Amino acid sequence: MNNSLLVVVIAQGIAYGTPLLYAALGELLAERSGVLNLGVEGMMLVGAVMGFWAVQRFHVTSPLALVGAIAVAALAGAAMAAIHAFLVITLRANQIVSGLALTIFAGVAGLSSYLGNDLNLARSPARHQFQAIFPKSWQDINAVGPILFGQSALVYASWVCVVLVALYLTRTRVGLNLRAVGESPAAADAMGIDVAGYRYAHTLVGGAFAGIGGATFSLSITPQWLAGLTQGAGWIAIALVIFAFWRPTLCLVGAYFFGAFTYLPFALQKYSWAPPPELAQSLPYVMTVLALVLVSSRAARLRFGAPSALGQPYVREER
Amino acid sequence: MGGEVGEASPPITPAMHSAVALRGITKRFPGVVANDHVDFEAAEGEVHALLGENGAGKTTLSNILTGLYRADEGEVVLFGEPREFHSPRDALDAGIAMVHQHFRLVSPFTVAENIVLGDHRDVGRSFLLHQRTIERRVAELSKRFGLALDPRARIWQLSLGEQQRVEIVKALYRDARILILDEPTAVLTPQEADALFETIRAMADDGRTVIFISHKLHEVKAVADRVTVLRRGRSVATVHAAEATRRSLAAMMVGREIELGRREDDGRRAGDPVLVLEHVSGDGDRGRAALADVSFALCAGEIVAIAGVAGNGQRELAETVAGMRRATSGSIRANGRLLQSGDPRHAIATRIAYVPEDRLGTGVAPGLSIASNLVLKSYRSPPASRGPLLLLGRIRELAQRLMHNHDVRATSPDVPARQLSGGNLQKVVLAREFSGEPSVVVAASPTRGLDVAAIETVHTYLRDAAAQGVGVLLISEDLDEIFALADRILVMYEGAIVGERDAATATAEELGLLMAGGEEHG
Repeated sequence: MNNSLLVVVIAQGIAYGTPLLYAALGELLAERSGVLNLGVEGMMLVGAVMGFWAVQRFHVTSPLALVGAIAVAALAGAAMAAIHAFLVITLRANQIVSGLALTIFAGVAGLSSYLGNDLNLARSPARHQFQAIFPKSWQDINAVGPILFGQSALVYASWVCVVLVALYLTRTRVGLNLRAVGESPAAADAMGIDVAGYRYAHTLVGGAFAGIGGATFSLSITPQWLAGLTQGAGWIAIALVIFAFWRPTLCLVGAYFFGAFTYLPFALQKYSWAPPPELAQSLPYVMTVLALVLVSSRAARLRFGAPSALGQPYVREER
Repeated sequence: MGGEVGEASPPITPAMHSAVALRGITKRFPGVVANDHVDFEAAEGEVHALLGENGAGKTTLSNILTGLYRADEGEVVLFGEPREFHSPRDALDAGIAMVHQHFRLVSPFTVAENIVLGDHRDVGRSFLLHQRTIERRVAELSKRFGLALDPRARIWQLSLGEQQRVEIVKALYRDARILILDEPTAVLTPQEADALFETIRAMADDGRTVIFISHKLHEVKAVADRVTVLRRGRSVATVHAAEATRRSLAAMMVGREIELGRREDDGRRAGDPVLVLEHVSGDGDRGRAALADVSFALCAGEIVAIAGVAGNGQRELAETVAGMRRATSGSIRANGRLLQSGDPRHAIATRIAYVPEDRLGTGVAPGLSIASNLVLKSYRSPPASRGPLLLLGRIRELAQRLMHNHDVRATSPDVPARQLSGGNLQKVVLAREFSGEPSVVVAASPTRGLDVAAIETVHTYLRDAAAQGVGVLLISEDLDEIFALADRILVMYEGAIVGERDAATATAEELGLLMAGGEEHG
């Protein structure tokens, strides 16, 4: 191993940042439609457990099993998001309360742990896991090798997703309509755009992304199932969307930064110096608090480019 | 009711083709019948005004026409075919577009982006946005109808007049055959309104139907071919605009004769200054300067009007005087006492009453009962409370008395304020503000969105207050209202007072010029 600490931290930062990136992209899509989803952590946990279950059960070749597992995780995340969508879009419940409830319901002490224990998933390693897809010789290229070619398919797929989401938002009509729904649902409605439909669709897709993010933990990073294995990644993802000013490319940068920060203690162990683990563990919550403080005032939200209708249910003029 | 004036509706002449006809439209909401068998017909190439008080059912009717609501009874006939709309999209596709009073624009978007929003026909069906093509079409349309616009400008950079043009181009881009304009002149200077009327005529000459919703009689006279008057949810009459007079239209609208025109000299004299602003500057919501070195004095028994196009610092001025906004420099004195900037309770204690622009949001707490709203400013002291306890019985009695005195029409003082109509809501606000025996009243657009009868009531309140020696600061975008009430007129433009006129001699033209930022000569 002739790679410097920096290269290792960057390469691992990308790997560790990938679940954050998936979840943040999903949250970004939902928020751009005006739906704040604080249930990301819960949806990730459910995605993680269902994805892991699928990979243990699908008796097919490794790539097929993994693709199938990712699909199951996405569906599980979307199913969780459907609960949130129904509550906040159809019933117009408070988005913060609904999101928190979802995370508590699905969280460490809830559904995801129940499923994991009930399906006996703990303590067995994944039968298949995502691995580096490029040949060893490429990975050995100095510096560039580990960073660009040492990653799993999930990482490369996430890059494609970032590009697609960015283009979708800025260059397509559907993306324009989506942004209008998040900025001014009344204007969108007047132009014949189905506000509720757009919100449902993007909340569900957001849930699917969060599910994939969760499965990235159980199928690639850990790779096994443990209760609460995401360790607050969902919260970081929510904060990330805010710090990225609701832009997909900045989400990528931010996700890798947080990924590197998460990995740093492991890297430093080798040098027999490690920061207290509590520091890293508290990070998600500190970041979330900071992010929520940032966006709590309307003026600040507008300055940071938040969708104007974020968090607000849309009601056609009532009388 | 309504038997006294022209019931007969002039038929459409054979040369005109009916564009839209509403037959026997009925729409009920819990507790009210908003539209009661309304009949309405407009022809191709016609400008047809829909005149009525607030609550007369104009908005409900246009919402049915644009697919927001579905009628309980009756039919919508479009170019001879009965149609049923399930959503705004259906109506848009059928060629009906509406320019709402509060614009439906996405402010961080460009003009072009707003215009193509939701488009799903022809070019609009393509998945990718073709920026160039869109901008070219927008430029074409705006040129053809004399609606100067830069397709790449962002909405927040535009004046309200320009934003309205975006709304109109949006409708034209969607090939709307029928355009509904809801109170379109509320945000315009007289000159801008004239330009709008020209555009309306151009659209009608192009064979489109323009439905013009208004309660300003002279505008209806100026721009419409025919007028349909709605009252209490019913269509009272349809008349040719040329044959109607302002007085006859007003009578049909209200159901009785009402007073119009300039204020008469009632012999009241201005007393000592009660409100003095010296070099007041302040910031707006987004941190930009909204008030620039404003100085003036308001005397007891005087009505001073602040004229100007919306968004030139009037709201900030009202809020600063009412203590809701902190001034960055300068001083405000009321009754000789220096006002603590940004402290509404101090303003209340100095007997400054405030009738805010946003009645439902700022004027009342919509979810609270009428009674609670009536004591919002006086609950801290007897008779509404004793020590830390609210005396609910007393509050209810007090509310009942105020509701009776001020003719607030509601079934009980326990009804949430949100359920009141605009006029009744404003009466609640006025009752509360005037029960504090104010020495200064700041009234910000106090009649916006109200019907003629309610406007009359509000005007009477303000006149009576002035007659009793209260200084009234009236902020209004409506020159008719200003002429009807004010002694002196100050014009605001970009946060500064740019001119002062005596109301008795000022003309709408010179005020319009000042409001548009024109130079003052002499």
